[in-house]
Parts: sequence; C-alpha cells; structure tokens
Amino acid sequence: MKIAVLVKQVPGSESPLPLVSSQDWLDESQVAYIMNESDNYGLEEALQIREKNNDGEVVVVSLGPDRTQKVIREALAKGADRAIHIQTNENYPTDPLAAASLFADALKGEDFDIIFSGLQSDDLGYGQTGVILGELLGMSTATLAMATEILDNKIKVKRELEAGYFQWVTMSLPASISVQSGCNTPRYPSLKGIMGAKKKELNVVTPSVGDQNQSIKKIYAPNTAKETVMIKGSVDQVVEKLVTIFRNEIKIT
Amino acid sequence: MDTLFFTDEHNMLIEMISDFAKSEIIPIAKEIDQTSRFPSEVISKLGDLGILSIPVPKKYGGSGMDNVAYAAAIMELAKADASIAITVAAHTSLGTMPIVLSGTEEQKKKYVPKLATGKILGAFGLTEPEAGSDAGATRTTAERKGNNYIVNGGKIFITNAGVAGLLSFTAQIIEDGKNKGIGAFIIPTDIDGLTISEPEKKMGWKASDTRQLFFNNMLISESDMIAEPGEGFKIFLKILTGGRISIAALAVGTAQGAYEKALKYSTERKAFGKEINNFQSIGFKLSDMATQIEAAKLLTFHAAWKKDNGHDIIKEAAMAKLFASEAAMKITTDAIQIHGGYGYVKDYDVERYFRDAKILEIGEGTSEVQRLIILKQILKKVESLV
Ligand SMILES: Cc1cc2nc3c(=O)[nH]c(=O)nc-3n(C[C@H](O)[C@H](O)[C@H](O)COP(=O)(O)OP(=O)(O)OC[C@H]3O[C@@H](n4cnc5c(N)ncnc54)[C@H](O)[C@@H]3O)c2cc1C
Repeated sequence: MKIAVLVKQVPGSESPLPLVSSQDWLDESQVAYIMNESDNYGLEEALQIREKNNDGEVVVVSLGPDRTQKVIREALAKGADRAIHIQTNENYPTDPLAAASLFADALKGEDFDIIFSGLQSDDLGYGQTGVILGELLGMSTATLAMATEILDNKIKVKRELEAGYFQWVTMSLPASISVQSGCNTPRYPSLKGIMGAKKKELNVVTPSVGDQNQSIKKIYAPNTAKETVMIKGSVDQVVEKLVTIFRNEIKIT
Repeated sequence: MDTLFFTDEHNMLIEMISDFAKSEIIPIAKEIDQTSRFPSEVISKLGDLGILSIPVPKKYGGSGMDNVAYAAAIMELAKADASIAITVAAHTSLGTMPIVLSGTEEQKKKYVPKLATGKILGAFGLTEPEAGSDAGATRTTAERKGNNYIVNGGKIFITNAGVAGLLSFTAQIIEDGKNKGIGAFIIPTDIDGLTISEPEKKMGWKASDTRQLFFNNMLISESDMIAEPGEGFKIFLKILTGGRISIAALAVGTAQGAYEKALKYSTERKAFGKEINNFQSIGFKLSDMATQIEAAKLLTFHAAWKKDNGHDIIKEAAMAKLFASEAAMKITTDAIQIHGGYGYVKDYDVERYFRDAKILEIGEGTSEVQRLIILKQILKKVESLV
C-alpha cells in the first residue's frame, strides 16, 4: 500500500497574527507555524495502515515556501518514509484548484493507492484540496473520514454527517480521503525518529504556479461590538421576555 | 539560544516535549501534587519516546543525544511539572549514568538497555543520615567475604527508591578488617536484606518518590561492584557534577513556568483601574525575572555544551546550578507576589512552583557546597599564578 499524506504548515492557534502593511498577507516573520491539525490525523491514519499491514510506504507531501520543511521533518520524525516538498517561495497559491493542480502534477507519476489530506486547513479553511486532487487524478474521493478500513482493493470509510450521524461508504482504490480531526490518536515523534528525520529522502520540486481563479485582496479582523440589553419589569415579564429571546434570537430549542 | 546551542533536532525535541506536556502532564500536574501520586503512566510514555535515556549511547539502547538536548528536555518538562522532571533527571543522571560511565561491559549490557527504555527505573544512593554535604563520611559498610560482600547501613532521601528496579550506592569497603575506601555497587531493588521505607512527606516535588533505605546483612557478589574501593567516591562526585546541569535545567524550567504564569496574570489583573503590570514595581519584577531566566539558561546550556565538547565543567556546572536554583527561588517567590492573595492559594499553580523551587538549593549539593566548589576552582587558578 503506497500512501501519500498532504501536510500543510499553518499559523498555530496561539500565534500572533500581525498583517503586512499592504494588508493582503500575514507578517510571516512574527508567526509561529505548526502542522495543520487535521493533517496530523491523516498522517497517523497512514502510519497505522502501514504498521497494520507491515508493508507499504508513507510519503509526506507539502506545498509551501522553505519554512514548510519544518513540518515535513516533523512528519518524517513521526515515521513517514520520505517526503516531497513542492516549493513555492513566491506566489503561494491561495486558490484550492491551483494548489490541487500542483499536487496532482507532483503525484501523478507515483501511483498512490491512497492520498490522505486533512479535512481543511486551519488558515484558509476551504476544505477542497483533497477532493479536487482526487478528481484530477481520477480517484474515488471521500471527505470527513472518522475511520478507515482496508478491504481487498477497496477502502471502507466512516464519514461524519450532520447531527451526530455517520455513514459507511466502501470505495474502490485508489482514493483521496480527507480526514477529520479526532479520528485517531496522533503519536509524538520519538527521539529516534527525530534523530533519523534528516537522513530520510526529501525531494524538492519547484513548479511554476499557474493561473489562479481567486486571490486575497484584503485581510482584516472583524469588528466586534458588545451590546448589553437590560430587561426591565416584573419577574414574570422578565422571564417571558428572556424565553422569547432564547427562542427567536439565540435560537435555543 | 536558538541558534547558539540548538540544532534542528534540539528544536524538534523541545517542541515535542512541549506538546507532550500540554496534553499529558499539565492536565494532571495539580492532582499528582495534591495527592502525592507517582505518575507511572506518564513516565512509561516518556520511556517509549526515548526521553528516559537522552544522553545514553545508542549502543546500549539509549537515544544517543547530547547534554544540550538532555538539559533542554529537563527544562521543558520542569516548566510543566518539576516532580516529573526530577524523576527523569534522577533516573538518567544518577540512576543510569554511573553504570554507563564506570560499569563493566557486562553490567552495561545487562542493565542499561532496560533503564534506557524505562522498563525499569534507576535510583542513586549517596546521602546518609550522617553523610549529606559531607558525602565522604559514608557509614554504610560492605565487608568482603570470599567473592561476596555483606552490606550494612542505610541511605536517606533517595529519589525514585520506591519505584526503581535498580539501585546504585556507595559504601566503605572493608577487607580483612581494613577500610579500603569508598566503592560503589549496583543491585536490583528486590534483593534480600534491603528494606525500602514509606515515601517521605515533602514540601514540594510531591509526585516524586523519595525514601529511606536500610541494608541489613545484604549479600551481594563482587560482580555487582561498579567502582573499586577509592574510585567509588570519585566517580559519584563526577556523576554529581553532570547531574548539576540537570538540576540547573530543572531550575530554569521551574522559574520559566512560574514567570509565564505571573506575566499572564499581570496582563489580566486590574487594580486602581489598570492592569497591574503598569505599576513599575510589578513591571520591573517581570523584567528582572526574564533577565535572571535568560542568564540562568545561558549558564546551563554553556555548561552542557562544554560537557558535550569534552571540557572540564566542575566550575561551570556548579555556577549554573547555584545561579539557576537561587534565581528559581527568587522568581517563584515574586510570581506569588504578583498574584497577591491568589498566589497563596492552590487554585493558582504558582504556589506549587514555589514549593518545588526550594529543594533546588539543597539537592545534589547545597548552595553552600556549590560556593565551596566554585571557590576551590577559582583559588586553584590563583595559586597556579603565584
Ligand atoms: C527531595 C530530595 C531528594 C533527594 N534525592 C537524593 C538522591 O536521589 N540521592 C542522594 O544520594 N541524595 C538525595 N538527596 C539528598 C541531598 O543531596 C542532601 O540532602 C544534600 O546534599 C544536603 O545534605 P544534608 O541534607 O545532609 O544537609 P547537611 O549536609 O547536613 O547540611 C546542612 C546545612 O549545612 C550546610 N553545610 C554543610 N557543610 C557545609 C560546609 N562545609 N560549608 C558551609 N555550609 C555547609 C549545608 O549547606 C546546609 O545548609 C535528596 C534530598 C531531598 C530533600
């Protein structure tokens, strides 16, 4: 089983997020980057499949500037066998179709059985890259995977639906599957893994980024306003008013 | 610091332990402190990750990293919980390294791989009721009988004693009624003649296991010796020198943990209409804390770096341990001060850091003893000039 895992480097949830003066990107020098949360679960799923079958290869694939190699090394330290870095030092694609096309070009010659990606990136959050990539490579696709099971040449995927419902789908391989956070327990890299990460193969490709259908014009923090409403009247009147607000405005049912 | 001492691997290690601490240690830190529970589940996970054998050579199943990595790891653990950090430090520096440094090849092969993965933990017995700072006053005796020794006496304040599978200890070696000097042995803790008492009730390091030991006609073989008479004392002092770097690292971590909490609190707490860090007497405390931590960190990593590069570190390790532990005491005290009354109650963690800091000025050589060591080293320099 040959498995690719898409791993993205994103700003950590506790990182400061200052903007550059042109207001169309973050001031990266002040951002603390980490591995995208759901990608970490995708990596774990791949490692567990490889370990269960006692066979196969896990290849971590990341798109981004040089700094991205930090999460690539982390994935290698956790146990991925080798890595492909699609390096885009300038003109980082913020358009999911452009990003997926770069992945497709880098992966199409390799005949992967499975591509795991995270459900969405914690920065741009489109949740489309894995699906478009599956489409571009002619693979089965599923999103929001909570569990997977390998059958003969097929994969069974437990998908998370709305309101606590789940769905099991069985698909033919190869498949591109986006994974939901929480579907397994990601491991920590062992010291042995950390020491060995630099010795693993890291293949850097530098394609040119094609046309993009969308671009970022302006980034800004939403204005938040706090408004306190005082409810006056007798206890009964206050309670009745509160219930109306809960029901119609806050929509507690 | 990041580029002066740290490689990519060091940074990855620090990040990994920080993640680990966030999910596995910080959520239980209060509970294990208040119930004095030894967190064996956490220690076992640290063993699986290779954190119980950072400076132990790969050849014997260790992680084979350097002392900078080891200090960085202890620092990161101590930021979250000092009891867990000392458990790891005592196991590594004191429980494992004596065998690595002076054991026979057979002893290394037999014991070190199990210690390296944390399958068994190690403890180190030097201190006795009447031999603390004056460790040469050891009263425990090992009397030679053919190819065996009969051990009598006891040790006190031994970290990990109740959870360890292996114990190294010092004793006066008696042969034909003559005192041959201090030697050292390594024994399994389930041996006949060894009694391990109940855990001490301590002020801090509450989740670390500290106990008294008694040797009563304990029969051991000469193959259990790890240091010949006369050598044992020297080797254990050398072990303590290396161990001081880990106590310095533990002190930096403890100080850093308390400082971060105080810094955060000072931005949230308001008095007289403003955040308290706007008052200069609070703000300057924070400046001093940050400066002391930076200095202690540099001393610690410099000592670790010198050790990794084969330099003599007697003075540097003593200076790092002395400075960092006294800084930790001051910083944890000020962290409580910044929290006001809330710092004095257990809901906020700073009082735990304060209690955990005091021992740093005592264990592995008191501050007074560190000053003696430093003085001896600097006078030696002066004497060589005249
Ligand atoms: C929690 C804890 C864990 C420990 N873990 C271990 C362990 O794992 N293994 C182990 O072997 N030991 C361990 N110890 C023992 C520790 O190393 C000793 O307590 C320490 O070395 C001090 O010895 P003492 O308690 O006998 O104090 P003493 O030596 O009696 O000192 C009392 C006071 O006199 C001062 N003093 C002594 N001599 C001099 C001098 N020449 N000049 C100036 N001042 C002096 C000391 O600095 C101190 O202030 C531990 C102790 C504690 C509390």
